[in-house]
Amino acid sequence: MAFELPALPYDYGTLEPHVDSQTMLIHHTKHHQAYVNNLNAALDKFPELKDLGLVEINKVVGTDKLPGDVATTIRNNGGGHYNHTFFWKVMTNPSNTNGPSGAVKEAIEAAFGSVDEMKAKFNAAAAGRFGSGWAWLGVKEDGSLAITSTPNQDNPLMASLPDSTPMVPILGLDVWEHAYYLKYQNRRPEYIAAWWNVVNWEQVASNFDAAKTGAVLL
Amino acid sequence: MALSMKIQASSLIAGQRRVRPMTGRRAVVIKAALELKAPPYALDALEPHMSKQTLEFHWGKHHRAYVDNMNKQIAGTPLDGKSLEEVVLASWNGGSPTPVFNNAAQVWNHTFFWESMKPNGGGAPTGKLAEAIARDFGSFDKFKEEFKAAGLTQFGSGWAWLNADNSGKLSLSKTPNAVTPVVEGKTPILTVDVWEHAYYIDVQNRRPDYLTTFIEKLINWDVVAERYAAAQK
Repeated sequence: MAFELPALPYDYGTLEPHVDSQTMLIHHTKHHQAYVNNLNAALDKFPELKDLGLVEINKVVGTDKLPGDVATTIRNNGGGHYNHTFFWKVMTNPSNTNGPSGAVKEAIEAAFGSVDEMKAKFNAAAAGRFGSGWAWLGVKEDGSLAITSTPNQDNPLMASLPDSTPMVPILGLDVWEHAYYLKYQNRRPEYIAAWWNVVNWEQVASNFDAAKTGAVLL
Repeated sequence: MALSMKIQASSLIAGQRRVRPMTGRRAVVIKAALELKAPPYALDALEPHMSKQTLEFHWGKHHRAYVDNMNKQIAGTPLDGKSLEEVVLASWNGGSPTPVFNNAAQVWNHTFFWESMKPNGGGAPTGKLAEAIARDFGSFDKFKEEFKAAGLTQFGSGWAWLNADNSGKLSLSKTPNAVTPVVEGKTPILTVDVWEHAYYIDVQNRRPDYLTTFIEKLINWDVVAERYAAAQK
């Protein structure tokens, strides 16, 4: 069973004006599709890895469960497929976004002091990731929330990588230039600020609830 | 005292400093800032192969920001007043780069990149460089294939490089983010930027098309040949 490009949960133009429709179209149908294609091609010779499922494949990056000659390809493309699948779902129509509430809000306040302070830390992680990568808000092994950034298509599920902050992601932001260049060019901080307008806090809450039980929702 | 002197250099080499005295003092205090060097052609001169809009952002915003940020970082530190090359090597810090490195190396890399291109570029090298390419890659076509592959397989942001050692032997390499072969003890003679900002306005995700255009239409083989000769001195 091959991995497939998931449909976007909304139209390409739904996140306008914060994330433009041309970017969403290219990002989904070209970039994410390429990760899916490359992952499938790499796993063709290793059907037992395919059976692990996408989350588990990400978790075994950096361990000897991945054969040497495909380890990097799986890290890059298995990471890319998970990251983008996760990303589309933590965004929504800007008219839907209300900010965090309930248990996840309490957890944010406990870890960072306030939602604003969490955003400031997240923005710094996103702006400060040099080159390509992602910023993440996630649940650590001890149940607390933390923020980290990862290079390229790595993510905090890849606990065995050196320098990893193992977490179950509940919110993430793509800061590869392809995620924002058509509309924002070099102005990454402007993209980051605008992106908060499309965060799907309901999905973040669901991700949080699952993460607290040790599960990774996908 | 002539406190209004300003040295505007029109033919800058990488790392040249602009001397700017502070006003209102009896003794002139010299602060040196490293400059953003303009490409050796107008920003629209590489059209249609690389758009003016790309150059305006890539040189005018990205390259400029690396220069400004580097200058802010080194002001008042022992690196202040050093050449760009010295700042790059010092901040590389033997493989544990300091925060200055990303900016300083990117300043160097981008100047090297602009100078690797010219309007009506591309075509083929001649003379000793052409012979070396045929010898070390099998053929010019094979070189082009492998250079393109290096650019395509640098995952994420980075650069692809053609390097020469002091015996004239050629090699390809690729580096992530700001890393440059200079800190690996190599002598680059050609580079292509594969950060997405280098091509996204013009060809979006189609990095293969960007690389083909760079190879066929933009490379300044005269400059590459000069660098090749210099590497063997």
